[in-house]
Formats: sequence, structure tokens, C-alpha cells
Amino acid sequence: MESDILVVDDSAAIRKILQRVLRQTGMAIRTIHEAGNGQEALELLKAHSVHLVLSDINMPTMDGIQLLAALKASPDWHAIPVVMVTTEGGETKVGEAVKLGAAGYVRKPFTADQIKEKLAGILEPVMSL
Amino acid sequence: MNLQKTIEDCLTQSTQNVFSTMLGVELSPGEVSVEHGMPEANDGIVSFIGLAGAWAGTGSLSCSPELACRICSLMLMMDTPSVNADVLDAVAELTNMILGSAKNDLEPQLGPLGLSIPTVVFGRNFKTKSAGSADWIVLKYTWEGDVLTVKLFLAPSERSPHAVSHMMGQTCPIDV
Repeated sequence: MESDILVVDDSAAIRKILQRVLRQTGMAIRTIHEAGNGQEALELLKAHSVHLVLSDINMPTMDGIQLLAALKASPDWHAIPVVMVTTEGGETKVGEAVKLGAAGYVRKPFTADQIKEKLAGILEPVMSL
Repeated sequence: MNLQKTIEDCLTQSTQNVFSTMLGVELSPGEVSVEHGMPEANDGIVSFIGLAGAWAGTGSLSCSPELACRICSLMLMMDTPSVNADVLDAVAELTNMILGSAKNDLEPQLGPLGLSIPTVVFGRNFKTKSAGSADWIVLKYTWEGDVLTVKLFLAPSERSPHAVSHMMGQTCPIDV
């Protein structure tokens, strides 16, 4: 079964890099949706179901922490695993994300192997449901 | 180790790590200096990012349009003959990653720091001036004949425990 993934980042450069990296992982991926901030992501999720969200933390309009909180509070979307992809490495924002239920985080700059390793353990259980 | 040296080391490590990981480029060690007063006029691209917390300041990355296009081409693996939205976005993201990584490495000494969203300026013969009065720590890298400059200034924003401990120790040349 192929997975659908949502990439949320205000940087078009990072969205393009993640598109390429995700395709290079060899994982069975059908569609990679993109959103520029949390608000756009929530709008997109109303029309498209996804198996995983990769989200930046620092974004305008609605940041990744607010997006994560909204997803975990939603009866429709609370089970979607959310992986934070961020420059933040301190205990503050990453710790907040983990407390809110983030499935994990990858720190920027990242390699394709780091993304693959992180997602393999998260996507496989979801796809086997 | 004084704070200036710590900042130099953090900036050096983060710049070289980001270039290696995201662009596959191994930068030679940069030339380090401290910049006082009014900076020189700029031509090309400058990207700024703000840091705030017990210490506050600004980080920047600047380079020529040609170097910015090369960065974008390597980062996004696409042909980029001239400066466009992709180039500005790539430089902004590079700034975010370099200063963000340095921020993470400085936080154990300076306390939690917030990072703003980067702003990129592209033009000719323009000057930039920060409202802060601290000295800038400057790293100049030469890459295939072009110069990439990474700068950071930080100063205590309030008499928080983190800021006071550095000021009392009198080991930080950039205290103001």
C-alpha cells in the first residue's frame, strides 16, 4: 500500500528538498502534498487524507506547534503521526512538540538517510493498520 | 573560553556542517574578524535572522548573486541561471539552518533563544544598520573564488541570570 504524506514548511526550498528526499528513500509513496504553514495544512487536510505529516516549527500565520495541537485535538486527525523537521534543537519547542504528541523530530540540516530512518519506524505501523 | 571564541566556534561548526550536509560542499575554515561601527556598502544578497531571549541580536549571511545561484542549484538540484524566488528562498533557508544550529549550540551558555523568520534583501549599493550597538563577529569563507560572509552579534537584552553571569565574569568581549 502506498502512503500519502503532507509536508508543511514556509520555505519552498525545504518543501522541494523533502519532496526529492522522500522520493529517494524508496518508500512506497503515492502523493506528497505541500502546505506553507499550519493554516494551509488544515485546509488541505479537509480535502485530502494523509498517513503522515512532516512539519516545520517556526512558520508565519500558524506555526508547527499550533498545527500539532490542532491535529491532536481533532477527532478526525488525531491519529496522524506528525514528525517535526526543524532547526530547533533546544528543550523548549521540541519538548513542547513531544508533549503534544509529536511522533518524532528531525533536525535541520538533515540527510536523506536521517529522514528515511525516522519515517520507516513511524510509517510502517501506520500502513499496516 | 570567552564568549566571542564560543560564538566563533559555533558559527564555524554550523556553517561547515550545513554546507556539507545540504550542499555536499566542504568549506575551508573561514577568516574570522570583529566588525565595529558602520558596515561597508553591499552588492548582492543579504539574509537576516533575529535572535531573542536573555541575549538578543541578529545573524546574517551575504554573498554575490552568482554564489547565491550556485547555492540554490546545489541545494535544490536545479539549474538556476539568475536570481529568482527559489534563490532567495534557498539563501533564507540556509541562513535559518546556519544561525539556528549556532543558536542551539549557544543555548547551554546563553539560555533559551528564539529565532525569527529570515528576511532576504537583493540589490546593489545598499547599506544595512542594526539598532544594536554590539560588535559583529564575522566569518568570511572563500568558495571557488567567491566570498560568503556569515555574521552574528549578540548582546544581553536584560539582567537575566544568563546575561549577568557572563557580564560578571568579564570574559566576553562583546558585552555592551
